[in-house]
Amino acid sequence: MKIAVCVKHVPEGSSRIDSGSKRLDRSGEGALNHFDANAVEEALRLRGDGDGEVVVVSMGPEKAADSLRKALAMGADRAVLVSDDGAAGSDLVATSRVLAAALAREEADLVLFGQQASDADGAVLWAAVAERLQRPVVSQAMELSVGDGSLRVKRQTEFGYDVIEAPLPAVVAVSDAINEPRYPSLKGIMGAKKKQQDVLSLGDLGVDATEAGEAGSRTTVLALAEPPARGGARKIEDDGNAAQAIVDFLAEKRLI
Amino acid sequence: MTRPSNFPPPFRASDHVSEPADPEDERIEVGILIVGAGPAGLACAIRLGQLLEESPDVAERLGEVPVALVEKGKQPGSHLLSGAVVDPRALRRLFGDRVRLEDIPSYGPVHGEAVYLLTKRAALRIPPPPPMRNHGNWIFSLSQLGRFLAEKAEEGGAMILPETAAETLLVSHGRVVGIRTGEKGRGRDGEHLGNYEPGADLVARVTVLAEGTQGHLSGVAIDRFGLAGDDPQVWELGVKEVWKVAKPLRHVVHTMGWPLRLGTKYREFGGSFVYPMGDDMVTIGMVVGLDYRDAELSVHDLLQELKTHPKIRKILEGGERVGWGAKTIPSGGLHSLPSRLHAPGLLLCGDGAGMVNIPRLKGVHYAIESGRLAAEAAFRAVQRGETPATALGSYDEAVRESFIWDDLHEVRNMRQVFGRGFFVGGALASAMTVSKGRIELGKMRAEPDADQPLLRTDRAASYPAADGKLTFDKLSSVFASGNRTRDDQPNHIRIEERVPRDVAELWARMCPAQVYEVGADAGDGTVEVRVAPSNCVQCGAITAKGGRLTPPEGGSGPEYTLT
Amino acid sequence: MGILVFLEHHGDELQKGSLGVLAKAASLGDDVAAVLVGAGVTALAAEAGRFGAGKVWLCEDDSLDPPTPQPRVDVLAQVVADGGYDTVLFANSVLAADVAAGLSARLDAGLNWDLADVESRDGDLVGKRPALQDSVYVDVGWTSAPRLALFRAGSFDAVPGGGGAPEVAEVSPSFAEHSRGARVVDQQLEESSGPSIEDADIVVAGGRGLGQAESFTLAEELAKALGGAVGATRAVVDAGWYPYAAQIGQTGKTVSPKLYVALGISGAIQHKVGMQSSNAIVSINKDANAPIFEFSDLGVVGDVHEIVPKLTELIRARKS
Repeated sequence: MKIAVCVKHVPEGSSRIDSGSKRLDRSGEGALNHFDANAVEEALRLRGDGDGEVVVVSMGPEKAADSLRKALAMGADRAVLVSDDGAAGSDLVATSRVLAAALAREEADLVLFGQQASDADGAVLWAAVAERLQRPVVSQAMELSVGDGSLRVKRQTEFGYDVIEAPLPAVVAVSDAINEPRYPSLKGIMGAKKKQQDVLSLGDLGVDATEAGEAGSRTTVLALAEPPARGGARKIEDDGNAAQAIVDFLAEKRLI
Repeated sequence: MTRPSNFPPPFRASDHVSEPADPEDERIEVGILIVGAGPAGLACAIRLGQLLEESPDVAERLGEVPVALVEKGKQPGSHLLSGAVVDPRALRRLFGDRVRLEDIPSYGPVHGEAVYLLTKRAALRIPPPPPMRNHGNWIFSLSQLGRFLAEKAEEGGAMILPETAAETLLVSHGRVVGIRTGEKGRGRDGEHLGNYEPGADLVARVTVLAEGTQGHLSGVAIDRFGLAGDDPQVWELGVKEVWKVAKPLRHVVHTMGWPLRLGTKYREFGGSFVYPMGDDMVTIGMVVGLDYRDAELSVHDLLQELKTHPKIRKILEGGERVGWGAKTIPSGGLHSLPSRLHAPGLLLCGDGAGMVNIPRLKGVHYAIESGRLAAEAAFRAVQRGETPATALGSYDEAVRESFIWDDLHEVRNMRQVFGRGFFVGGALASAMTVSKGRIELGKMRAEPDADQPLLRTDRAASYPAADGKLTFDKLSSVFASGNRTRDDQPNHIRIEERVPRDVAELWARMCPAQVYEVGADAGDGTVEVRVAPSNCVQCGAITAKGGRLTPPEGGSGPEYTLT
Repeated sequence: MGILVFLEHHGDELQKGSLGVLAKAASLGDDVAAVLVGAGVTALAAEAGRFGAGKVWLCEDDSLDPPTPQPRVDVLAQVVADGGYDTVLFANSVLAADVAAGLSARLDAGLNWDLADVESRDGDLVGKRPALQDSVYVDVGWTSAPRLALFRAGSFDAVPGGGGAPEVAEVSPSFAEHSRGARVVDQQLEESSGPSIEDADIVVAGGRGLGQAESFTLAEELAKALGGAVGATRAVVDAGWYPYAAQIGQTGKTVSPKLYVALGISGAIQHKVGMQSSNAIVSINKDANAPIFEFSDLGVVGDVHEIVPKLTELIRARKS
C-alpha cells in the first residue's frame, strides 16, 4: 500500500506578520507542523514493517526540506518537495492545485493530512485536494483502519462519534487525538539523509505559472488592522455582591 | 552558619559512566564524536572537515559518518548565550582565507567604549583599563554565530544531531568510547509514555566534550578520570536581555558598582554590560559571581533594577524587549582548569573545561581555538592508526602553547586584584579614588560557591515591580527565551528537596527562571522545595550553588535566537 | 450581491451558528438565499425565512442526512449555478469546513476562512480575519466570484429578522462518483458528560489561587451549572491537583470559548497564550495586581471560596 502524507513547514517560535507582504513572516526558523506529525505517525503505523511505502509531500521554500527530513527520520521512505518561486503566495485554490498535481503523480492509495496547521494557513486543505483528486474525503479521524481496498474511520463531531467507511483510494485528515507521534531515533535521523528527496518545480508538475502563486490565487490580503477593542474592561472589588455582578455581566453578554 | 553545600544533591557522577549497553551491531558508530554544537564543538567540526578534505584516506578510516555532533538544544544556537564582544583572532585562524570575518554574521567591530561606576542615581565615568579595551574586537550574537558555524560545519561534512542529549559517558577498558544519548518520551514519574524512545549508544574513536558551562559529561569525566584542577571551579551568573531601541548605541558600555553592594561581607562581585547590536538593537546584561551570600539576591531582579538607572533607562527609552536569557560562566581561571584536558579517548574544550578570562569577560575565542586544536589532535591520533592512551596528549601541549594559556596565565593572579569583577588595577585604582576608597578587594577565592555561608538582608524589597515595559517578571522572561518545554517530563534537576528556609529562598531567588519555590513548612525547621523543571533554561546556577543540573530530554529548554 | 448561506441542522433544529451567519447576510442588505440538505429539511424552510432567507433551496433526501461533505458540494455547486450567486457563506463546523473547501476546489472559487466578521466596502466584500492569537486582524478579499467565506463559530448572533415565508426551490443535482464514496455506517451521539475543553463554548479554569486540590470542586460545580468544561493551569497540574489533559496554556491546550472563567489564576503569559482569544474573560483573584486583570473583560478582586458558590447558585436558579 502506498501512503502519501502532506506536510507543512511552519514558522517556529513567536510569529510575526511581515508588514510589507502582510503575510506571516516565514524567514525565521521553521519546523514540521506538529499536527502533520500525527499524520506521518499514522502512515507509519499503517505501513508497519510491511512492504508499503510512505511518501511525504510538501510545497514550500527550500528550507521546507528540513521538515521533510524530520518525517524521513521518523521513518517515512521518500520525500517530495515542490519548491518554486512561482508558488509563493498561493492561497487555498492555488495550493490545492499544486498539491493535487504532485499527489496525482504519486497515485497513492491513501493521502493523509494533519488536522490543522499551527500557522492556520492550511486548515482546510484536505477537502479541496480531495475534490481535485476526485476522491472521497473523511476528516477529524481519531481512529483509522485500512483493509480490503477500503478504510474505516472513527471521527469526532460536535455531537459524538461517527463511523465512516470509504473505498480506497481516499483522502483522510487525522486529528491530533489519533496517536502520539514517535520521536525519531538516532538511527532514523542519521538514515534520513540517505533517503530519496526529490525537489520539483511547477514545470515538473505540469502546472502553469498562472495557476499557482498569487496569479493562481482567488483571495488576497488587503491590510493589517487593530483587533476590535475589548470594549470596556471592568474591574470590581467584591463587596458581597460580586456573584450577582458576574451574573448580570453574563446576562448582558448573552452568555447565559 | 547555613551553607548550601551542607545539603548536597542526590547525584553521583559514577551513575553516568557505563560500558556500552546496546548489542554491538546496534551501536551507532561514528568517527569522531563531538558533544555540543557551540563555538568549541563547531570549530572542532569545521577544522576536522578541512583536515579530512585534504586527507581522504583518514576520512575513509573514520567510516560512514566521520564527524558527528550531538546537540541537546532544538538546533545549534538554541542554547547559546553570551554578550558578546569577541576577539576575532580565533575565527581568523579557523577559517584562514576560506571565509572573511566580514562574511560572518556579526554586529561589526567595536567603535568605542565607556566604563562607568554607578551609584543609584549617578554614573561616574572611568577610563577603560588595558584588559577592558575592546579595540579590534567584534560584536556577535553567539546564538547567530552558532547557526552560521553549524552551516559551515555541515558544508564540511559534519553531521549535526540536534535534540539529542548526551546522558552517559561510555567507558570500556579505561577508555572513553563514546556516549549514550538520553531517553525521550518519559512521563513525570519516569514512566514510559506511548512514544517512549530509549537512548542509543553512540561510539566513536575520539570523543570531544564541548558542552559549555556546567557541561554534564565534562563534570562526569573530570570525576571519573581524576582530572580536577588545583582549585575548585567557581561561576558567575549572567542574565541578559536583547532590546530593540529607538536611538542607536554607539559604543560598548561596562558598569560596576550599583546595584551591587560594595561591602565585602556580601561578596557581590560583577558588573553589567550594554553592547550595541547594529543600529536598532542592544543587549544588556548583569553578571554576578555565584559566591554571593545574601539569600535574597536575584541576578534577574538586579538586571531589572539596573534598567531603572537614569543612564541605562535613556539607552532603552522608546524600545522594546525582544529576548531574554541566562547562563553561567566559569570564572576560576587557570587554577580551576582540569589538571589535564584529555583522557584516553577523550578531549575537553571551551567553557566546559573552564577556559574563560573573566577580567576580560572573554571566552568565545578560547572555545573556538580549543576546538580547533582538539580537531588537530584527534586527526593526528587517527592518522597514526590507533588511539593509544596518551595519543591525545598532544592536545594538552598544543593548548599550553597557545594564546589560551598565555592569556589565562597572565591573569591568573589578578583574581585578588579584580575581586572577580571585570576591572584590573588601573580601573580599580581610579574607581577607588572616585568612590573615596569604598571599593574593597575580595579575598582570593578558593572555595566552591556552595560553601559560602548565607546571610539575609531585605535586598528583595528594592527590586522593582514588573511593569511589563521596562521591567519584567521571571515567568514572562522565560517565555521570551522561547522555552516551551513539555511539562510532563521527569525532573532533570537534582537537589535536596527538604532544606532550611534560607537555602530554599536562596535557590528560589537565584534561579532566573523561577524553577524553585519555597514550599510548605516540614515542621522540623526545614521547608519543601517545589520544583518546576519545565521553566529551566539550563543556565547551570543550581550546580554552582548546591544542586546539580542534568540534561533534560533533548530539544527542551530555551530557543535562543538573538542572545 | 447574491448571497447564499449554507445552513446546517441537527434533528429538527437549525444550528445556531449558521443562523447567525444567515442573519449577518441579511444585514448586508442584499437578497439572501439559504440551502438545506438532508432529511426533514422541508419543515425547516419557514424558520430559515424568519432569520433572513428570501429563498430556500431544499435538497430533501434521507440518504443525505449523514453529515458527509462531498454530496453537499454537488448540491451547492448546482445551486450556485442555478441561482447565479456570487457569494457563499458558511458558519464553521466540522462539516461546513470540508464543504467550503471542497466547493472552493470545485468552482476554483477563493475561500477565506477563520473570519470573525465581514463588511461591505465600496460594493465589495472585505473579510476580517484574526491572526497571531487574535493580536492583529487582517483584512482579506477575493479576486473573483463566487466568493466563499467561512466564519468562526459564534461570530454572529442568531437574531430573527422577522422575514416572511421564503420562496422555496427544490434542487436535485447529479452527484459525482467520488461524492458517494464515504458512507456513515454508525453514529453514536454522545451522552452529555460535558463538552471537551477544545470544543466547549464555556470553560471554567482553576489556578493556584484555589488553594488546594479539594477546592477544584468549585470550578467543577460552576462548570456544570454553566454547561462548560473544566480547565487547569500548569501550576495546579504540576501540583497534582488536576490532570494534564485539562491544562490550558503554552504547553497545554489552546482554547477560544465564548466565555472563559478564571478562578484564582494569576495570568502569567504561559497561561495567557492558551486562552487570550476567548470572547469574554471573567476572572476572580484575591490579588488586585494579578496580570490576568489586564486582559479580562470583567475582573473581580475577591475570594473565590466566597464568590464562586454564590455564583453557581445564582446560575442554577436562573436556569431553572
